[in-house]
Amino acid sequence: MKHYEVEILDAKTKDKLCFLDKVEPNATIGEIKSMFHKSHPQWYPARQSIRLDPKGKSLKDEDVLQHLPVGTTATFYFRDLGAQISWVTVFLTEYTGPLVIYLMFYFRVPFIYAPKYDFTTSKHWVVHLACMCHSFHYVKRLLETLFVHRFSHGTMPLRNIFKNCTYYWGFAAWMAYYINHPLYTPPSKLYGEQQIRLALILFLFCQIGNFSIHIALRNLRPPGSKTRKIPYPTKNPFTWIFLLVSCPNYTYELGSWLGFTLMTQCLPVAFFTLVGFIQMTVWAKGKHRSYLKEFRDYPPLRSPILPFIL
Amino acid sequence: MWLVIAVGLARAYVARGSYHGLYYSIEKPLKFFQTGALLEILHCAAGIVPSSVVLTGFQVMSRVFLTWAVTHSVREVQSEDSVLLFVAAWTVTEIIRYSFYTFSLLNHLPYLIKWARYTFFIALYPMGVTGELLTIYAALPYVQKTGLYSITLPNKYNFSFDYHSFLILVMISYIPLFPQLYFHMIRQRKKVLGHIEDYSKVE
Repeated sequence: MKHYEVEILDAKTKDKLCFLDKVEPNATIGEIKSMFHKSHPQWYPARQSIRLDPKGKSLKDEDVLQHLPVGTTATFYFRDLGAQISWVTVFLTEYTGPLVIYLMFYFRVPFIYAPKYDFTTSKHWVVHLACMCHSFHYVKRLLETLFVHRFSHGTMPLRNIFKNCTYYWGFAAWMAYYINHPLYTPPSKLYGEQQIRLALILFLFCQIGNFSIHIALRNLRPPGSKTRKIPYPTKNPFTWIFLLVSCPNYTYELGSWLGFTLMTQCLPVAFFTLVGFIQMTVWAKGKHRSYLKEFRDYPPLRSPILPFIL
Repeated sequence: MWLVIAVGLARAYVARGSYHGLYYSIEKPLKFFQTGALLEILHCAAGIVPSSVVLTGFQVMSRVFLTWAVTHSVREVQSEDSVLLFVAAWTVTEIIRYSFYTFSLLNHLPYLIKWARYTFFIALYPMGVTGELLTIYAALPYVQKTGLYSITLPNKYNFSFDYHSFLILVMISYIPLFPQLYFHMIRQRKKVLGHIEDYSKVE
């Protein structure tokens, strides 16, 4: 069997960083990364970007050496992606924050509101309902992170955790401050009850919908794999929205937060919903484009996030 | 491209004229041209002007904020010397900057303009910032007393905003932001003016 020689150069300085001889032709990039890690222990595989061209795209861990357009002496370029952190860790941290922070405001922990309100509870029943909904939402997200989601990438750059946590924790505090404020004004007496009832139905409907989509997406992918397939509606009616939308998990998420906004009638919640919607639309459009590029037979009727609109 | 030059020259000439006036005589041109500076962000985005969209956007937003949200909104500060201070700093800066862009677009940039653009800021930047901060500081008591642009609880949208605290936050934000912008300009200066020997051959 003919062995390959692999040399790894720094993409920026072109310095020779590593030379590996007697590499099996069927070795994968992932295995090469492990070998590289041995000679440079500070660069664990997750933070290595290996490419054929200094300015090219990163090769995938699954790519096999002999199937790449290289000679028997293969030259690869390396870029350091910076410190990495696992997706699971990021999700758990960014979701636990809002859960705990909201409850601190709900129980009116000292130093938030005037001292005479410490540890008092709101007299409006919608405030209790909102706390239950908000807490349920984040508990659901935490459980999904642990038991449902199958992530494509193991890690993301470390700085993302600071950015993400600032976003989630910051908004959670801002919303919770007003909803649990002693001077909070619930939806007005005239249609208030109906508004809250409608909002709750919308919220619950979309929570179930979002969960159904997460389960459907999980079932597309066998455990431990990173395969990508077109999602289709299943027996669960909540997944029938796949006929019209590529990323219905975002559609349902928007619906949940619209419900919460209506329930609490709180402007900061509306802002949070809007910002989240903008971000999810960006993600949905990207995902939709990837689907179109990867699958020739992708259903043409689908829109990224809002049926027929966006 | 001609529009850029025309706007640039017009701004520079009016700014030159307003340099000696009191607030009331410069008020309208100041508002018009600083607000018109919003166009600059588009110019950067379109690539007509070789500056960063983020930095320019930031600078334009802060100028528009000072012009409208502080000086225009709080009548009492309009007679303050601090206003004259930052308007003067902005004016001189803009005359130099627009001349720089205009000549660059015409591909005929005198070294003097380039040197002025990357040297005068050393004094003008701190001068402008001082004027801006003093003006915001002067506006504070009036904002607090009148509750300008502020919303209090309770209200049916469950939202509140305290413009007074917001202004204080803005002032504090100058502490991390100003040194970054200043040292960015200093680094640019070293890069641009560093090649003095090569440049004498070009001109």
